[in-house]
Amino acid sequence: MEEKNCKSLLGSLSDYVDGTAQEELCREIERHLAGCEDCRIVVDTLKKTVYLYHSSIEADLPVAVRERLFKRLNLDEFLKTN
Amino acid sequence: MVDIDTGPEISLEALQAGDRAEFARLVDAYSIQIYRLALKMLGDEQDAEDVLQNTFMKALQSLGSFEGRSSLSTWLYRIAVNEALMLLRRQKPTIPVAMDYEDDDDELQHPTQFTDWCCLPEEELLSAESKGHLDKAIRRLPEKLRVVFLLRDIEGLSIRETGEALGLTETAVKTRLLRARLNLREQLSMYYGERLKEEQA
Repeated sequence: MEEKNCKSLLGSLSDYVDGTAQEELCREIERHLAGCEDCRIVVDTLKKTVYLYHSSIEADLPVAVRERLFKRLNLDEFLKTN
Repeated sequence: MVDIDTGPEISLEALQAGDRAEFARLVDAYSIQIYRLALKMLGDEQDAEDVLQNTFMKALQSLGSFEGRSSLSTWLYRIAVNEALMLLRRQKPTIPVAMDYEDDDDELQHPTQFTDWCCLPEEELLSAESKGHLDKAIRRLPEKLRVVFLLRDIEGLSIRETGEALGLTETAVKTRLLRARLNLREQLSMYYGERLKEEQA
């Protein structure tokens, strides 16, 4: 198998960081990463980028926003059911 | 990642029969996702609230014609995305459209930033200032990349669901997702690279 170069690696990165790449492809990528510092950094920081966005999401709707939404939808009577 | 299907089981039958309590349950199950999506797309709380309200108004009006070919959540996301895009179109002149020329078939932008900032402490990576920057970076993405990234990586839809919500093939979703992620990585690398320099100074 021909050694993957940096450029051809790029297109497979999403699958690789999501863990959906085929095993053979993963091995190829890892072989390349072992010898290419720049690509290793790109992969690590790409993973971290996706992780940070996952970690920073807001989980609650502001109370006032919910109230106005229920009013607009004429659902006032159900406001307290949550 | 938020699992969008862990909410209460919503009965489509009850919704279509005009059960208002069930509609209220639907609103509570999905309003945070819709609001968050709109907020991250538009960057303005008032605009996000408009999109949120319009989305459920439209949903209420078109429930009768919903055939259940996609899940309720995907259907709601589709309505919300259209509402947000309509708002963006109206505001277009004030929004930077840099890099909007990028096409799915164009060659991938090759990485230019090779700083390893992974070692920064979590409280620095996710400080209030950093979070503000994460949001800003999303808004600098070309629209069509932004919406794919938000649905897939923020809202946690699958590639297939993202495609359904946007009317895109899975291949197009994957291509745009990769472009979005690489673009954000570049932006974050510049930002965190600076933080790293400060820390080492």
